[in-house]
Amino acid sequence: MNGKRHFLKSLAALALSASALNAWAADITGAGATFPFPIYAKWAEAYKAASGVGLNYQSIGSSGGIRQIRAKTVTFGATDAPLKGDELDKDGLIQFPAIIGGTVPVINLDGFKPGELRITGTVLADIYLGVIKNWNDPQLVALNPGKNLPNQAITVVHRADGSGTTFNFTDYLSTVSKTWAEKVGKNAAVKWPADTSVGGKGNEGVAANVNRVKGAIGYVEYAYVKKNNMNFLQMQNADGKYVSPDDLTFAAAAAGADWFAVPGMGISMVNAKGATAWPISTASFILMYKEPGDKAASQNALKFFDWAFKNGRKMAEELDYVPLPDALTQQIRQRVWSQIKH
Amino acid sequence: MSPAQDSATRSTAKEVLSIARQQRLQDFLFHRVTQFFSLLVLVALLGIMGSLVYNAWPTFEAMGGRFFWHVEWDIVNEDFGAAIAVIGTLLSASIALLLAVPLAFGVAVFLTETCPPWLRRPLGTAIELLAAVPSIIYGMFGLFVFAPLFADYVQMPLKSLMSGMPLVGSLFGGATNGMGILAAGIVLAFMVLPFIAAVMRDVFEITPAILRESAYGLGCTTWEVVREVVLPYTQKGVVGGIMLGLGRALGETMAVTFVIGNANRLPTSVFSPGTSIASVLANEFGEAQGLHFSALFALGLLLFIITFVVLAAAKTLILRAEKAKGL
Repeated sequence: MNGKRHFLKSLAALALSASALNAWAADITGAGATFPFPIYAKWAEAYKAASGVGLNYQSIGSSGGIRQIRAKTVTFGATDAPLKGDELDKDGLIQFPAIIGGTVPVINLDGFKPGELRITGTVLADIYLGVIKNWNDPQLVALNPGKNLPNQAITVVHRADGSGTTFNFTDYLSTVSKTWAEKVGKNAAVKWPADTSVGGKGNEGVAANVNRVKGAIGYVEYAYVKKNNMNFLQMQNADGKYVSPDDLTFAAAAAGADWFAVPGMGISMVNAKGATAWPISTASFILMYKEPGDKAASQNALKFFDWAFKNGRKMAEELDYVPLPDALTQQIRQRVWSQIKH
Repeated sequence: MSPAQDSATRSTAKEVLSIARQQRLQDFLFHRVTQFFSLLVLVALLGIMGSLVYNAWPTFEAMGGRFFWHVEWDIVNEDFGAAIAVIGTLLSASIALLLAVPLAFGVAVFLTETCPPWLRRPLGTAIELLAAVPSIIYGMFGLFVFAPLFADYVQMPLKSLMSGMPLVGSLFGGATNGMGILAAGIVLAFMVLPFIAAVMRDVFEITPAILRESAYGLGCTTWEVVREVVLPYTQKGVVGGIMLGLGRALGETMAVTFVIGNANRLPTSVFSPGTSIASVLANEFGEAQGLHFSALFALGLLLFIITFVVLAAAKTLILRAEKAKGL
């Protein structure tokens, strides 16, 4: 019943917006990144209860989101890999971060507790490059004195589908390893060089492969580490300290960021400075038009994010995301949203 | 003839004529409507073809003919070649057919020739049910059940047995994680086996009893009957069944994506992970843009062509065989 009514409602909304008769508040439409989808869905549910306005968010992937906003089929697009200033200017778009999260290397090795083993960015890059092939490689042994690392071949697991998580991960590897930056680079999907690398579809596919294959290493969003109780690695950050992934270390990475250093706030949070900063943290971004065709819809979308920034912090923490600091959301309201002409 | 009779005949004739006209109109409409529907299929086919070519064009412009044999799939540097995915597709499909065809043949022969009647129905139904299992189920079975067993009981022993040998040793190298082209081929074999077996059984059953009985009457063994009577009689159907299986194996997406390993590299050993056209498409469309997007369309076009060539080759094979027999 409910589904049918919802369908009819959205049909009616479609008909109304098609005839440009926006007499009442239609659902907000958005599309893009899959990484923030759980929190956007949660916010949407709560916002619908509070205001009566729903959000129709299609998690079709970051580049899908960019395509949709360029085609003007949605009110906002969402992307994990930020657009550059000139790309934003070309289409008359504004960009702001909405949520922060982290990518975590996970392993499957018997006899070690989660977070017991340590790794540095360069060694992680060497594993993914296929240079380090075995768990008892001298470099890994040197990082983990006193730990009895087994003579086990490493199977490298990566995302088979294009994803913001892969962008975040390869962005980090490119930052810490020159070889990686030259040979592979950063993208939503890359050419994985290691001989043993296998791909899994989605975070759940990577998690399944890592859990199944002995000696595997992979990378997933933090929420999947918690949900599946996976064995993660401690990472060395830019200050040389070893940190474990959690909302505090992600927030620490965000704290040191100078958001307005680049146009469109599209900074990279990888390898962020700060003693407790998690090195593979990322923000997920929202794209909107400066001069929206449908002003009412654009206002509705901003109202939604305004509400989410104010009231959505606890929900974000429950889902293991990091909400933006209040000082930052205030700046977004003043310096970014003000550019939209309503 | 009285005038009354005359007018009666005339009105009957009129009635007949009007009925005939109505029927002609019905026939005409029926003809046109069915024709329209069949043409619609053709239009859809051409439309798909056209949109594939249109979207793939930038890739052919950028890469030229090299796209077809270039061994590279580098998204960051926008250097695309189809060879890796094509080889993965053909290899996994061939492995599947190599395993599935003999098995399916055995199943069909058993069901039609030697199976006790009380077992025939349940077995036949079981095979038809297997053919109806959605492919994602095979994928999950492949990843969570088959791959671990395959790694522990096939890959490990084979690797330790062969790795010491010169020349062939390296063929069995690499990680033994249960995923790869060989594993994908075996899971595909599971999938296409019921298809091929069901078609083979159906066509074997239509062999006229009189031919079969005559052969038995002459003292032929079951094998001789199958080889000399049933197979020649049902050749077309058997090839058709195999092609149906091959078609499914070539285009299968989910089951293959789960177990093939999704690695854009040429296989170096029988355990190597690889990729197939269908799984590349399924994996990468979501985040593709620019030339990458177009290259995926080019891959899709290639899969279309490969399937078409395979079907056409099967058709000509059958035609040639029939000509040779003078049918």
